[in-house]
Amino acid sequence: MSEAEVEKYDFQIVRGFAFSALFWLVIGLVVGLWIAFEMFNPALNLTPWLSFGRLRVVHTNGLGLGFGLAAIFATSYYILQRLTRTPLAFPRLARAHLYLFNTTIALGALSLFAGMNTTKEYAELEWPLDIAVVIFWVMFAVNVFATLIKRREKQMYISLWYIIAMTVAIAILYIVNNLEIPVTLFKSYTVYAGANDANVEWWYGHNVVGFIFTVPILAMFYYFLPKSTGLPIYSHRLSIISFWALNFAYLWTGAHHLMLSPLPEWIQTVAIAFSIFLIAPSWGSVINGYYTLQGNWEQMRSNYLVKFFILGITFYGLQTLQGPLQGLRTLNSFFHFTDWVIGHVHMGTMGWVTMIISASFYYMIPRINNCEIYSIKLANTHFWLILVGQLVWTITMWIAGIQQGAMLKATNPDGSLMYNFLDTLTSLYPYYRLRFAAGVIYFAGIVLFTWNLIMTVRKAPLQADAQPTTL
Amino acid sequence: MGITSKPVVFAVLSAVVILIGTTVTVFIPLFMPSTQPVSAYVKPYTSVELEGRDIYMREGCNNCHTQTVRPLRTEVLRYGEYSKGEEFAYDRPFLWGSRRIGPDLNRVGGKYPDSWHYRHLQSPQGMFEKSNMPPYGWMAKNKLDTQYSYKKTSILGYGYTESDVQQQIVQCRSKVTAESYPAKESRDQVTPPELRNDLTEMDAIIAYLQKLGRDVKNLETKK
Repeated sequence: MSEAEVEKYDFQIVRGFAFSALFWLVIGLVVGLWIAFEMFNPALNLTPWLSFGRLRVVHTNGLGLGFGLAAIFATSYYILQRLTRTPLAFPRLARAHLYLFNTTIALGALSLFAGMNTTKEYAELEWPLDIAVVIFWVMFAVNVFATLIKRREKQMYISLWYIIAMTVAIAILYIVNNLEIPVTLFKSYTVYAGANDANVEWWYGHNVVGFIFTVPILAMFYYFLPKSTGLPIYSHRLSIISFWALNFAYLWTGAHHLMLSPLPEWIQTVAIAFSIFLIAPSWGSVINGYYTLQGNWEQMRSNYLVKFFILGITFYGLQTLQGPLQGLRTLNSFFHFTDWVIGHVHMGTMGWVTMIISASFYYMIPRINNCEIYSIKLANTHFWLILVGQLVWTITMWIAGIQQGAMLKATNPDGSLMYNFLDTLTSLYPYYRLRFAAGVIYFAGIVLFTWNLIMTVRKAPLQADAQPTTL
Repeated sequence: MGITSKPVVFAVLSAVVILIGTTVTVFIPLFMPSTQPVSAYVKPYTSVELEGRDIYMREGCNNCHTQTVRPLRTEVLRYGEYSKGEEFAYDRPFLWGSRRIGPDLNRVGGKYPDSWHYRHLQSPQGMFEKSNMPPYGWMAKNKLDTQYSYKKTSILGYGYTESDVQQQIVQCRSKVTAESYPAKESRDQVTPPELRNDLTEMDAIIAYLQKLGRDVKNLETKK
């Protein structure tokens, strides 16, 4: 490929989304720390805008839709151009996508602060913003498919499969779950009632996590791990089986969020069965990751990126074992509605998702700027801070969950309840303080991450990557 | 593998694979009456209760309070009769929640008098020193906006006429502003003088909380 062709790669859009991701990451974590403090000291509920009920959704949406999606768009646009060896089909459309995306997330945060909240978890945005989300998703999809059709590389590598699956699945999930009838510009009612609404919502809630926090993160993992180690993925066949099995099984499992609820029992039971099945394809990717490093484990020490990938995929493996077990009725009756689940979610987001995105950005940003990373030492400190922060955070919440679950179930010899609700809550305050401290450690790591990348791009102006393009 | 060189076919196949589980566990149940049964004993919300429910949603109360009692011994002991599908036929959206930072509210209707709720919402810490619930006293300083009440109930198909809705609003207002209202003292304490003859957001959310689980409790007493 000639130099001229290489230079047509659109890496500005990659950088735009990458730094949008960092921005929303910092905002989302500040809000997270704020609500973590409110959990043991309600004095921070200063105004209606800062009350826990409103802020919690700013935290989840800011990080899920803001940070998560922006990081996915950044890496997808990069991976897409590299693996197809084709410049982005519509760079100006991608630019519009970037502006619309950031406007939507900013308005989304403001509207949630203002209490415009549909209450459906991870789909809290009101209908005009839902339309904006659909529009920018279509913009993204158009670029993905147009570039794929124009591509110069015949075979599509694993990462592209995951990007395609995400593009299709999120569109279906988002539109179906957000069907609503407007009352005013700022208020609507969903078209589904009661148990049906619950079933649609958790089909969405579970799979939006799957297709935002699993599928595209696997796309990053399968691309950036071989790229940064120089080692080919261990088994192509295993990745094919894992891919299709994951896509098939994921969609059946939403009702494990509704265990022992009024939802018909058969839907719950089907969800349990498929949740257990889902361990197989998830671990397919874990095994593929570990075996890729076979014989080259010294890279854990010599290559600063490898430990992010390996710890990340390890947390993914733990996450996908813990999840299905939590779905079993017996365990669910104990753990559901407690902090255990909060710990579970955060192992995924703070461990798996952020670890992989961190390493992907560290690999990608210097390459699109044709420079070296600002500081590997800083990146290593970042790694240890987010690892320790996350471990303390999640383990604390698991213990808190076990304690609250046990206290809520404890009965006296005469069969009466041993603790009132408030006792079970206040006994958790020490854990909430520790969780806040862990959050601060984690946040310090993220600040270093952001700082490191800002300094990296300040050092070198944006240039197209002149490296020869290979898979 | 031929398919990995055909992006459009690949996308279509992905969509098909994704839609199998979706169809069986989500789309088909939408058309099965057993998923969301209806019962003549469960009545829709009045327009004031519905306004209260919208405030509950706006404040994200569902982030800390569930509204589904599971069929477990300790849970029935703590909250009351476990939740039945029929109770949620008028709930759009459902508000079952996913986390109990505070207690479940599906059986809270009638558990405490209105005066308890006025005092508790005003200052949860005044009632329970160590509670972490945010204070909501400011709700009593906001006049209830009822301009869309009729539109809301008609979108939800509750079958009220415009005058039914007006009547429900007037009825609730005369109840809470009456001299004989049992919670008058607490209500006056939290409501500024200029709003004491009007419906406030706090009146509405309390009306909603008092409705929760009420139909089931009435049914039990009839038995």
